[in-house]
Amino acid sequence: MIRLQGVSKRYLRKKALMDVDLQLPTGKIIGVIGENGSGKSTMLKLISGLVRPSSGTVTVDGEKVDRRTARKVSYLSELDTYYPFFTVQETIDYYASQFADFDGETSKEILSFMGVDPAQKVKHLSKGYRSRVKILLVLSRKVPYILMDEPLSGLDPMVRDSIIKGLISFVDLEKQTVVLTTHEVNEMEPLLDMIVAVRDGEVIKVADVEELRRTENKSIAEWMNDVYAGNTCRSLPS
Amino acid sequence: MSDEFHPSSPIYLQLAERINRQILRRELRPGDKLPSVREMAIQSHVNPNTVNRTYSELERMGIVESRRGQGTFITEDEKRLSQLREDLRNRQIEFFVRAMGEMGFNPEEIVSGLQDYLKQQRDRGKEE
Repeated sequence: MIRLQGVSKRYLRKKALMDVDLQLPTGKIIGVIGENGSGKSTMLKLISGLVRPSSGTVTVDGEKVDRRTARKVSYLSELDTYYPFFTVQETIDYYASQFADFDGETSKEILSFMGVDPAQKVKHLSKGYRSRVKILLVLSRKVPYILMDEPLSGLDPMVRDSIIKGLISFVDLEKQTVVLTTHEVNEMEPLLDMIVAVRDGEVIKVADVEELRRTENKSIAEWMNDVYAGNTCRSLPS
Repeated sequence: MSDEFHPSSPIYLQLAERINRQILRRELRPGDKLPSVREMAIQSHVNPNTVNRTYSELERMGIVESRRGQGTFITEDEKRLSQLREDLRNRQIEFFVRAMGEMGFNPEEIVSGLQDYLKQQRDRGKEE
């Protein structure tokens, strides 16, 4: 289980997250949703140990998060983090050499599933194929936690479709938990078990997706539009 | 792309509904095996946990049976399936009649309206 207790994160004077208490159960696909700059990515980075909280504690399976948390957590960055001069195959081999839990068989399956040519140089790939490679690298690790920062952002519908299908096909929810950030809730909604809605560095809602649809009588996307447009009351400073 | 889901009700129930309709249309027959949870998840673009929920809901309703290690199968209990057919028909009629009632139509008008409509549909079918 992932747990945040009283977690705040400031970048210099800018507050990214404020006093977050949160428990994320295992075996689910959890969407961290919110506007740009709301603190979604910071939350993921805190869980993966890439940034440290200014105060509070983050634990994964009861252990305080540090750089070694990478053993348990596979993290997909929003940025491109690979060597452009490598071919796809060299990139895969490089990852396999860095992570003991990297599963070569799975990576081959995903490679053919997504139709990526392993001989291509990464820098010559289109944006869509680069994203597929990134997804491949993240999903090939047999880790209990997979964190993905905006896996669909800026991609065309066909690529998104193949990424969503890949996610469903290659994640084992009996052993794995996925936490992803997205502002494309519409497309992601049928995939999510749970949402964590973040606004201005605060968690404003943690809910089971089906439950929220049932009680609010609308989709998560519609609910978000209402909440973020301010149609429901913001708590005003007294 | 898969069909879209309605925004306002739980996805697992909508998926159960789809399967029920396939059973009524006889696209799925008694004793047929349903796709595995993961296959169904991929086909319908939903979370595998949602499919699990759909299958347990259908099992609770007595429409499918899960057999250990083999998968999930449509029940061979024909009585249960004809009951399902009745239930879904009655529910749809209930919606329709209620909506007509809210618009102020009386039972005779509803019946004659429906007969006229069905007749038109039939005639149109013959012309084509």
